[in-house]
Amino acid sequence: MTTRTGLHPTRRLILQGAASVALLGLGNLPFGATSALAAANDKYPEEAFKQKSEADAIKALYGKTAEPSDKVKLDAPEIAENGGVVPIAVTTTLDKVTSISFFVAENPNALAASYKIPDGTMPSVANRLKMAKTSNVVAIVEADGKLYSATKEVKVTVGGCGG
Amino acid sequence: MASSIRVRATANGDITEVQALIQHPMDTGLVKDSKGELIPAHYIQVLKFECNGKDVFVANWGTAVSKDPYVKFSFKGAKKGDDLKISWTDNKGGSDTTTAKIA
Repeated sequence: MTTRTGLHPTRRLILQGAASVALLGLGNLPFGATSALAAANDKYPEEAFKQKSEADAIKALYGKTAEPSDKVKLDAPEIAENGGVVPIAVTTTLDKVTSISFFVAENPNALAASYKIPDGTMPSVANRLKMAKTSNVVAIVEADGKLYSATKEVKVTVGGCGG
Repeated sequence: MASSIRVRATANGDITEVQALIQHPMDTGLVKDSKGELIPAHYIQVLKFECNGKDVFVANWGTAVSKDPYVKFSFKGAKKGDDLKISWTDNKGGSDTTTAKIA
């Protein structure tokens, strides 16, 4: 009943969202809220996933750099026997977290996963990632418009790229 | 067909803990099959959790997420019996949706 009329506002919203995202990409507005929006938008960050290096991927995803913080707790094994399934989790005591992302420095494409954390969701994520070889794993937490990171080296005895 | 998504959502006070396991090959596009031909990339890009009309968690995934991905998170504001809607889409246009009751 309402689906037909309901479609149009939704589509308009999506288009508006896309337009504002495009605008944000052009000008780096100096507001915490807008930069938070840039990473928290619904669009799949295709470009960031294509970047090879960790630094480029962070730049493509957030457009800024992160500072290490002991408030970001990265939980990963010292040694992963199977690089195809490495359990990695992150928690933080930081406030106003809007997103959490995982990077594996030595993978063909560094960005592994990026999670949007809306209001009311705890800043804590556990997942399982593939690792091509021994590498630093970097977790980035976006909180109040700033980026905080934690890094840990995981030794991989059998790589996760098939074979 | 059985759903590709398995979810457990448990409310404990105000906090609901969600664990999800999805059946998906998550092919990277870098691995060769037994004939030496590349297996094309096939992976979930977006995984979304909605509760009471609001996104509570959105995952953007690349190829480095393990096969049959697992994810765990918690959120506030739901109670036992609420519906949690989970949906994913992959890079080939595939998708799946399921709804779980918060226990």
